[in-house]
Amino acid sequence: MKTTMTKPNTHDILVAGVGITPVGEHWDRQLRTLAFEAISAARKDAGELVPDAIYVANSLAPVLSSQTQLGALIADFAGLRGVEAYTIQAADASGGAAVRQAYLALQSGQIDIALVVGVEKISERPSAELEDALVMSGDADYEAIHGITTAAQAALLMQRYIHEFNLPENAFAGFCVNAHANGANNPLAMFQRAIEEKTYQKAGMICPPVNMFDAAPVADGAAALVLARAEVLPETPSHPQIRIAASSLATSTVALHDRPDILALRAASDSAEKAYKFANIQAKDVQLFELHDRYSIFAALALEACGFAKRGEGWKLASDGSINSDGSIPICTFGGSKARGDSAGATGVYQIAEICLQLQGRAGRNQIPDVQTGMAQCLGGTGATAATHILQRMDAS
Amino acid sequence: MQLPRHWRLNKQRYALEGEVCTHCQATIFPPRDICPECGEQANTPLNLSGRGQVYSFTKVVQPPESHAEQAPYTVALVKLDEGPTVTAQLTDLDEDQQPVEIGMPVEMVTRKLYSDGDRGLLIYGYKFRPLIQQS
Amino acid sequence: MDQTRAEPSIYTSDRKVGIIGYGSYIPRYRLPAREVSRVWKDGSGGIPIQEKSVAGLDEDVITMSIEAARNALKRAQIDPTSIRAVWVGSESHPYAVKPTSTVVAEAVGATPHTLAADWEFACKAATEALQASIGLIGSGMAEFTLAIGMDTAQGRPGDALEYTAAAGGAAYVIGPAEESMTVFEGSYSYVTDTPDFFRRAYEKYPEHGERFTGEPAYFKHIISAAQILMDALGTTPEDYQHAVFHQPNAKFPQKAARSLGFKPEQIQAGLLSPKIGNPYAGSALIGLTAVLDVAEAGDRILLVSYGSGAGSDAFSMQVTPALAERRSRAITTQQYLERRTEIDYATYARLRGKLMLK
Repeated sequence: MKTTMTKPNTHDILVAGVGITPVGEHWDRQLRTLAFEAISAARKDAGELVPDAIYVANSLAPVLSSQTQLGALIADFAGLRGVEAYTIQAADASGGAAVRQAYLALQSGQIDIALVVGVEKISERPSAELEDALVMSGDADYEAIHGITTAAQAALLMQRYIHEFNLPENAFAGFCVNAHANGANNPLAMFQRAIEEKTYQKAGMICPPVNMFDAAPVADGAAALVLARAEVLPETPSHPQIRIAASSLATSTVALHDRPDILALRAASDSAEKAYKFANIQAKDVQLFELHDRYSIFAALALEACGFAKRGEGWKLASDGSINSDGSIPICTFGGSKARGDSAGATGVYQIAEICLQLQGRAGRNQIPDVQTGMAQCLGGTGATAATHILQRMDAS
Repeated sequence: MQLPRHWRLNKQRYALEGEVCTHCQATIFPPRDICPECGEQANTPLNLSGRGQVYSFTKVVQPPESHAEQAPYTVALVKLDEGPTVTAQLTDLDEDQQPVEIGMPVEMVTRKLYSDGDRGLLIYGYKFRPLIQQS
Repeated sequence: MDQTRAEPSIYTSDRKVGIIGYGSYIPRYRLPAREVSRVWKDGSGGIPIQEKSVAGLDEDVITMSIEAARNALKRAQIDPTSIRAVWVGSESHPYAVKPTSTVVAEAVGATPHTLAADWEFACKAATEALQASIGLIGSGMAEFTLAIGMDTAQGRPGDALEYTAAAGGAAYVIGPAEESMTVFEGSYSYVTDTPDFFRRAYEKYPEHGERFTGEPAYFKHIISAAQILMDALGTTPEDYQHAVFHQPNAKFPQKAARSLGFKPEQIQAGLLSPKIGNPYAGSALIGLTAVLDVAEAGDRILLVSYGSGAGSDAFSMQVTPALAERRSRAITTQQYLERRTEIDYATYARLRGKLMLK
């Protein structure tokens, strides 16, 4: 896959502020108010910088809330009426895609400060209607019409994976255990209780072989980032400065069945490759990875796609503890989609916000010590879109 | 009621009408006019045989609202003999007599995919069932 | 039988017509009659058949017709674009308005240069289509037609008909005699206004006249049609190796056969009702496929349908050597019979849409 990012960036794009709301059932909050909470927190964190452009990451508002044109709506309700604003939609990769668009605009020099806000209101509809909405990220004419759900898509992948690599029982348990162990330390997580492996083993099936603990809960949430070119920021920042060392996005087929190899997340590997090349690093230099763990199978496949494990061996990193906070490649350090909670199009923004907090030493009880380079990747649908960002401390050696 | 959306897919759904690429001989389903293998134009129609094997499968017991009346049902990736893979429901299953397995030979049948409520369109299309061997 | 008018003439055509290919379909689910009896009568009383076939959730007259038609085309080995009429007879067409036949025609590749229509006359809807096919081809208007009888019959819960109202049927490619596996010698239709069984427009289940459906209805029309046809052809039961009658249950066709002078072994091959029940417009025609699965060249076959309302279509045909060559090209009716999954009354109620989902 040819990369077009051959020139070094001419600007350092920094994360000036982050804002996160808990993921959960926010019955009393609308899209606009939930977004505003995250925006306020991010802007406060960024010293009240005023953005020139707003990128809203959202995939479900038109279907679940009958609301389009979120860019203008949120700009207005965030006290930023008149500011250039859009929604960026790439299913569950909307968050990463929105950051990518902000990054490109900042690099162009046409804007100085960007606000990215991911927001979703999931709890508006009963779960069966939500399923129809979620599967719109698949192929409507060739997948959804057959009654497929996102869990069924994950199950088709997991079933094939287990078959091809002859996995033992409960091979994926470690992903859930790790996520919940970290979620227990995160006061904003949806689930703040550790889970034992035996609980995973006894869990009921959703779509065999995907069980209840292989699947992340999807709920309301909002997370925001203020991004800026380094030269417009004050010389004495209040937090260690975090640079977007690479930003990339790649696509693959929407339908699982159109992929030559369904177990190779090509968009993820293409995007990661581009990012590594641009940041001039390799997989081994990544010290923490906020990956797409909407279902545990994606975590395993993402680890393989991004070079952390060989094909068919991603699950071993969960089994042997490599993915734990004291392991060689910590993932889901704040709980991930599984325990912190998944918020569909907003999740990609949560991931980047959490990496920033880690790199800045602001991760509280979730802190991974001495981290300077982190990677975030979110996937749309079953991996039709992959957005990868590498973040580094500016003072990294 | 999305009438044109489904009507235009009739030939594909009823008869597995795909394409063959005259440049590299790849069989393409569904038709897409640019060969995904070699990138050349591919417009020659070809009806696939409907024979294939189960590549992966799972059972849906928590259906989306649209398919609530059908649950539980089994969905599968079916690798067709000619090469392409499709997503479809498996039907006519009897788990006691013949449990579903990866590699199981299947054949295409035309079944009701979806009923748009009591007043709307009935949508027919491909599902797959365990192969009935001719005696 | 009233003979005050001149002798009726039977239907023959100068250009001889026959069956080019045949195919059947039976869904795999079976509801034992004792299950109906268990729920409604505490298991007491007799049962009119052993079990009946029930369509799956994703099946209907359209889907089943398509499969039977595909089987018929496999045997016929003709280009589907040369079919110039696709006619489906049923009492349970999926739409009240929008033809079953157009979906079937599209699915088998017969569109767009074709006639298509849905036929209705209770259980003889499809044999009407067969009569018309003989006319269309016999006149030289077309080379091939597709005539299909298929039903997913409904019976009111607890009613006598619920034991037997079943799903299934058959498709026939009809064409010139020179290419046929059986050739029609002649056919005939006997029709009166006899209200033995009917359903009003917005009702879900039919009404029937209980014992009134017997002598003045089923037997009167079947026996008249058969007798008049045989008299006109100069044939007697001894000239036939096989006879197939409409099968609302196990007893009626056996009694009709006896009345006409046929022996039990003559109707054995085509007697499917004990195992599948009564698939209405598909009944006589699927019985015929079971006969064609075993008949030999030179065999003479009598086919007599019966449709409530009421009438019978009778056909006399002779088997050619082509039958043996083509028969193994598709799944046999016996294979469909053997493909069986027993269900209970609750599953049956769900499959047949008898549960209130809203």
